[in-house]
Amino acid sequence: MAGTIFRAVGLSRVYQTGGGAVHALDGIDLEIEAGALTVLLGPSGSGKSTLLNILGGLDRPSAGQVWFRQTDLTGLRDRDLTRYRRDHIGFVFQFYNLVASLTARENVQLVTDVAPDPMAPADALGLVGLGHRLDHFPAELSGGEQQRVAIARALAKRPDVLLCDEPTGALDSATGGQVLQVLDDVNRDLGTATVIITHNAAIREMAHRVIRFHDGRIAGVEANATRKRPDEIAW
Amino acid sequence: MHALDIKLLRDFRRLWAQALAIALVLACGVLVVLTAFGMYGALETTRAAYYERQRFADVFAEANRAPNSLLPALAAIDGVLGVDARVSGLATLDVPGGVPLAVGQVLSLPADDGELNRLVLRAGRMPEPGATDQIVVNAPFAEANGLRPGDRLTANLDGRQRVLTVTGTALSPEFIYTIGPGALMPDNRRFGILWMPTAAAAAAFDMEGAFNKLALRLAAGADTPAVIAAVDRLLDPYGGLGAHGRDLQVSNSFIDAELQQLQSTAWVLPPVFFLVAAFLVNMVIGRIVELERAEIGLLKALGYRDRAVLGHYLLLAGLIALTGIAIGWIVGSWLAAQTAALYATFFDFPFLIHTVSPAVYGLSALLGLAAAGFGAAHSAWRAARLAPAIAMAPPAPPRFSRGLADRMLTRLALPQTALMVLRGLLRWPVRAGLSSLGLAASVAVVVAAGYLDDALEQLMDVSFRAASRQDATVILSHETGIAALGGVARLPGVLHAEPQQDHAVILRHGPREKRVGLQGLPASADLTRTVDAQGNPVSLPRAGLVLPERLARQLDVAPGDTVEVAFLTGTRRRIDVPVADTVTQYFGLTAFIDLAALDRLLGQSPRMTSAQVALDPAATSAFEHALADVPGVAGAAMMTDIRRVFRETLQHNVAIMTTIYVTVAMLIAVGVAYNAARIQLSERARELASLRILGFTRAEVSLVLLGETVLLALVAQPLGWAMGAGLAVAMTAGFESDLYAIPLVLEPAAFARASLVVLATSLGAALIVRRRIDRMDLVAVMKTRE
Repeated sequence: MAGTIFRAVGLSRVYQTGGGAVHALDGIDLEIEAGALTVLLGPSGSGKSTLLNILGGLDRPSAGQVWFRQTDLTGLRDRDLTRYRRDHIGFVFQFYNLVASLTARENVQLVTDVAPDPMAPADALGLVGLGHRLDHFPAELSGGEQQRVAIARALAKRPDVLLCDEPTGALDSATGGQVLQVLDDVNRDLGTATVIITHNAAIREMAHRVIRFHDGRIAGVEANATRKRPDEIAW
Repeated sequence: MHALDIKLLRDFRRLWAQALAIALVLACGVLVVLTAFGMYGALETTRAAYYERQRFADVFAEANRAPNSLLPALAAIDGVLGVDARVSGLATLDVPGGVPLAVGQVLSLPADDGELNRLVLRAGRMPEPGATDQIVVNAPFAEANGLRPGDRLTANLDGRQRVLTVTGTALSPEFIYTIGPGALMPDNRRFGILWMPTAAAAAAFDMEGAFNKLALRLAAGADTPAVIAAVDRLLDPYGGLGAHGRDLQVSNSFIDAELQQLQSTAWVLPPVFFLVAAFLVNMVIGRIVELERAEIGLLKALGYRDRAVLGHYLLLAGLIALTGIAIGWIVGSWLAAQTAALYATFFDFPFLIHTVSPAVYGLSALLGLAAAGFGAAHSAWRAARLAPAIAMAPPAPPRFSRGLADRMLTRLALPQTALMVLRGLLRWPVRAGLSSLGLAASVAVVVAAGYLDDALEQLMDVSFRAASRQDATVILSHETGIAALGGVARLPGVLHAEPQQDHAVILRHGPREKRVGLQGLPASADLTRTVDAQGNPVSLPRAGLVLPERLARQLDVAPGDTVEVAFLTGTRRRIDVPVADTVTQYFGLTAFIDLAALDRLLGQSPRMTSAQVALDPAATSAFEHALADVPGVAGAAMMTDIRRVFRETLQHNVAIMTTIYVTVAMLIAVGVAYNAARIQLSERARELASLRILGFTRAEVSLVLLGETVLLALVAQPLGWAMGAGLAVAMTAGFESDLYAIPLVLEPAAFARASLVVLATSLGAALIVRRRIDRMDLVAVMKTRE
């Protein structure tokens, strides 16, 4: 492991809704190690997605600070945040968020068009085992395949961090297992720091570290001495 | 190609039907700009070039008989660059192989072709200066009658029959629009211009050493009114009929009227189309942005800048605009060519009317892009500004509140599907309002088309059936005693003849004055009558003037007021005459007076200048042949023929206009209704699928979709009627000039037709969308995450 990639201090995020203020994050401190596979575990509404959005530069905290390496993300302007996402972050979403009108290859190209040092889209799709489905539209792919396209899209830019929001949430256990396998391979082979949000406790067994969330706070942090491979995990 | 661009093109292809519906509305705006602005520029440039090359005069005057010795004084008026004095007169013509009776305006031709209003020789040569039997005729007359250089025709010149040889054909800037006496539109078979050497013309009309027609060219920046006043002072002792500028020159004023009409078309119509198109773009792009929140969030998460997102949606609008511009250019170019061809039949230019300039193409494209950009700007900006995290979450369900309107709805105990429709409209009142406004605009355009049809029908009915019923007007060379009527009445085929006196007068009331014709009609007149707006005859009072309402308005007089009548003819008397009544007149601007009252005013025995006749239809040709040989007759207008041609031309043009108006209205209605229905379907897909799963039939579900469209269309009707009536009022005012006016006719049938057209079109557009409900995959829709 090569030190810390994210560090947060006193991080809070408050949403104003019709029913009053909601504290999605309530003053958390945490560190995420470079090269590690970290699982954020917790029920819905516990604040883990809010944290992921802030780490990924999609949202800003209401209070507190967060650093990516030496960069204070809270101090960045909108255009710098865009730049930050473009250069460093790969996202994987629960509902894949593929552009329906673009083929698998073109969805990946969406990233390679703007990234500074991308892989070829076909190579990225090869990494996730979809080298033979390059020119299929999302509607022609299964859920697991769609999620793997999304992972390829995230990997294609050679990101420093892969942020995954419930990547298996919409999948059955078999295809979910395949997706986790891909994420695990990437983390092991490429050394990309990977953060996975899940409320599926079984997944914690494949992580280096597990951070538990409850009501916007960190309820506990544990490290796995030995990581299981995805195919060893029982769902 | 970038992935984002691929997405753009695929989105555009997927949206093709909606995009096309918008593009067609936009295309209407583009093609009107192209045709109206383009033809305005083309016509004006062509006319200006023609006037410059042929040295078209700036001031014109006519006199009874002015001596040539006056010319140095005329040339010495401050600001006058050149003076051209001519002899002019009317002649009846017998053209071998042509109509039995044609009328020619004879104009003298100086040896060097004069300084002003120079001819463009089209064929043959100019007459020899000393020749007495050689003429050049205007090319359209020659063409219509098959005359070629070397051909001969017979002319009755001031009572003397002469055989004249055509040496050439020509065009003149004075006669771009050539309309004969009494005619309603150009008829090149029946009216021609004959140029003959000055000496011969002077001899024919007893004008040696004198002139009766004057043209002056002024220096740039000359004081035109001052020159006109000076000319009037000089010509007054010689029966001057009042000098005037280009604005009152007949040919020029008809082109001015056409230019004015093009200009108002160019300013009034395109904004309507561009605004409707902008609204539709706004509606569609707004919906797409709503649907693509997740994709926008994704793009931003991937590191795309705001600029790229903004550009993406603006480009989508741009593609719609480009489609509209392309269609507008293609159809517009064709329409401009058709208009130019139409002009070529009415206006006689020696060279082709320029085509639409590239600048106008550029302008129309710019306006089209601006309209689409304006429509898309708000939504595209909203997309660019969406915070990436928010964009990734589904939008909150729209908030329906229990306002006053909603409580009223609830009380009506409507079925749930009706409540869905009504709440939908209340939830998006601006969108519903604008959609209704768009459909109302469409109703208004169809009402306007119906109005035009009805108004012109009434115009022809009042003018031809009630007011002007003569078969022919015989114009005498000189004012003469009423006894001459007997001679006309005895001509073959004449069933009935009535005398008439025509004078050029200036009517003055306070500071207002107007130069018009004064017609003295016999009390018992049956062939030319004064009428009210419904065509009922209004008998002339025994004393006093009867004025058309338009003239009374311009002079600001009402029955009971007194106006000064300054006669420009005869003894040039000025007499105060009371206004007795007002009547309706659609063609020209004429004051009327009882013939006997006119003779009393002028203190003269009964006299006449023309005769109106009713003819035996079987003997029309004999009448025309006989008339050509009658001394003292300057010409005749065959009114039955003139009216028939006018009616046919007008009906043809109205049919074209109506087709265009109705097509345009349907394009707007389809554009609005189709897009509104598509957006509703997209917003309600889950709701409608849920209803189907709950056991509603396709028909019941369709009612929700069709209900909203039909409701919007129904709400649009009263507004559309009001807008249509307003449009009709505006068009009536816009068409009104000294040359003609059209009545304001608002027939209930025109409104009913407009409503039927728009309701049917809207329903049709919604039914196309309804087919999508039939094809809806219920399971897929329910699974789709929005």
